[in-house]
Amino acid sequence: MDKLRVGVWKFASCDGCQLSLLDCEDELLAIADSVHIAHFLEATSRIEGGPYDIGFVEGSVTTEHDAQRIQDIRAETKVLVTIGACATTGGIQALRNYADHGEWMREVYAHPEYIQALDTSSPIADHVKVDLEVHGCPVNKNQLIELITATIAARKPNIPNMAQCVECKRAGTTCVMVSKGIPCLGPVTRAGCGNLCPSMGRGCYGCFGPLKGGNTEALMAEFAALGVAEADSQHLFRGFTAAAPEFERAGGLK
Amino acid sequence: MERAAALDDPRPVLSALIEAGYRVIAPVEQDGAIRYLPAVDPDSLPKGRIDSQTPGSYRLEDGDPERWFDYVVSPESWKAWLYPARRKMWTSTRSEDGLSFERPEAEWTPTAFFGVRPCDLAAIEKQDAILKDGAFADPDYAHRRENALIVVIQCARSAETCFCASMNTGPRAQAGFDIALTELGAEADHRFLVEAGSEAGARVLEGLTEDATEADKDAAHAATNAAAASQIRVMPENVAAGLKARLTAPEWDDVAKRCLNCANCTMACPTCFCSDVQDTSDLTGDLTDRWRVWDSCFNPDFSYIHGGAVRTSSMSRYRQWMTHKLSSWHDQFGASGCVGCGRCIAWCPVGIDIVAEAETLMAQPED
Repeated sequence: MDKLRVGVWKFASCDGCQLSLLDCEDELLAIADSVHIAHFLEATSRIEGGPYDIGFVEGSVTTEHDAQRIQDIRAETKVLVTIGACATTGGIQALRNYADHGEWMREVYAHPEYIQALDTSSPIADHVKVDLEVHGCPVNKNQLIELITATIAARKPNIPNMAQCVECKRAGTTCVMVSKGIPCLGPVTRAGCGNLCPSMGRGCYGCFGPLKGGNTEALMAEFAALGVAEADSQHLFRGFTAAAPEFERAGGLK
Repeated sequence: MERAAALDDPRPVLSALIEAGYRVIAPVEQDGAIRYLPAVDPDSLPKGRIDSQTPGSYRLEDGDPERWFDYVVSPESWKAWLYPARRKMWTSTRSEDGLSFERPEAEWTPTAFFGVRPCDLAAIEKQDAILKDGAFADPDYAHRRENALIVVIQCARSAETCFCASMNTGPRAQAGFDIALTELGAEADHRFLVEAGSEAGARVLEGLTEDATEADKDAAHAATNAAAASQIRVMPENVAAGLKARLTAPEWDDVAKRCLNCANCTMACPTCFCSDVQDTSDLTGDLTDRWRVWDSCFNPDFSYIHGGAVRTSSMSRYRQWMTHKLSSWHDQFGASGCVGCGRCIAWCPVGIDIVAEAETLMAQPED
């Protein structure tokens, strides 16, 4: 079998998810050996054209130019995988969807007239068909490796579809909400980060995005019982995945 | 009770276990909770601490500084040791000679569980019936269980979430342990009544104890009776048949509105044993590991079969968990699946109380 041709592209993002790919360290050489990297600007200046077997897309769509570019990439890519909170939900920059974008530009840039950007930051799936989403801010490198090894073996990747709480309990992390009264988004957030924040004694801030069917209303009622003001409770949801529909509602943005 | 003895201090038992070559897992205070972790130092026992457990809340506080065991059950149960959250089942290797399969090493040295509460002992016995002695026994569980010595601490205090008395699992264990300690009150100088439940337990205690007096034995029973009498939660007696007759009660929708579907109750439950099987492969595709990992009936994909999940609503998942635990477990395994440890109440982030839900449902008319 010919090696899989892989492309990696960046849209509006911090590059952190691409770095997670480069952070595979021990596995990186083996990955580079087992697939053919045709386009990955962060790793190599060698650029090859399509078609691509797998395309990894980081970042959200924030410009007219990017809205067109993702169409071109989709047309040349068999399996399109979005990686990270920006690509899957619009990212932290999607907070501008709920503000006056023009005013923000005037506040931030000395010459806003040079900026050509859309009023919104939107996930890739709003523009093209996405075959698989890998969540997180940044993505967990083990999930990327799992995705690649599963694709090579032609099996379904083990990407958890359950609450972050399951990861905490499997790891033996004592629940920070029950034992310390810290508000935590874990019960309504998708697992997969490797239990990072609660194992450090802080609440989950939802960077892996909402678990489908998560009960944000009941969780917010409990935050109120813990003494968290409604505005503070809403702010917890206005983070890296603020524009995901479930968190958008809970955060009072819609 | 024939071999009852007395002891001034629990630490010599721990030391004797360590000296006898056991790896000892014992209560250790860590991250704001008392957990069951490897203990190499008998002085690491969290003396003078108690746990305040209420629906959705667990806090450690200072208790009587002279008392050793007034806290009750830990966040995790002993299943974390006997049936770990993630365990490799086998490795397969593909080579020119074909496929070969290998089981991992057992990695389990003789281990003493120090500080098993009676409800948790009952939970271990329930898991034994399924995972060790059942039709689909798990060899790894059986191996760990057969090489585990159990030191029970009889409960002289109940938390607000405890309801073992109504489940007939505590606060005093009658049998099933190798050693059992009961901490006596101030009138008995905080001594311990020590019972050996097996030859292995008796060997550990050799030379450590003096004969118990009748007064010691009476004090031990008084202590656990007081713990039972202080329990405010009582599981309705006829809940097994009662829930079955109320499967369409609107109250199920009410609890579903509060339930987060987060699976904490099932993970904390000492008898829940559902697991998933996952394969991982390496980049060459020649090496594959098969893993058993804890799963939960609250996870969306748990009931996924061809075409979709069977239980898509929060209501159906909560009902499945509660009716299995309290009702259909009887049909399947001949007893209740609940031991009254109260973990699902304390560790539910929104404090859903299985006893209160059972009472509410039982007050509804039958379907």
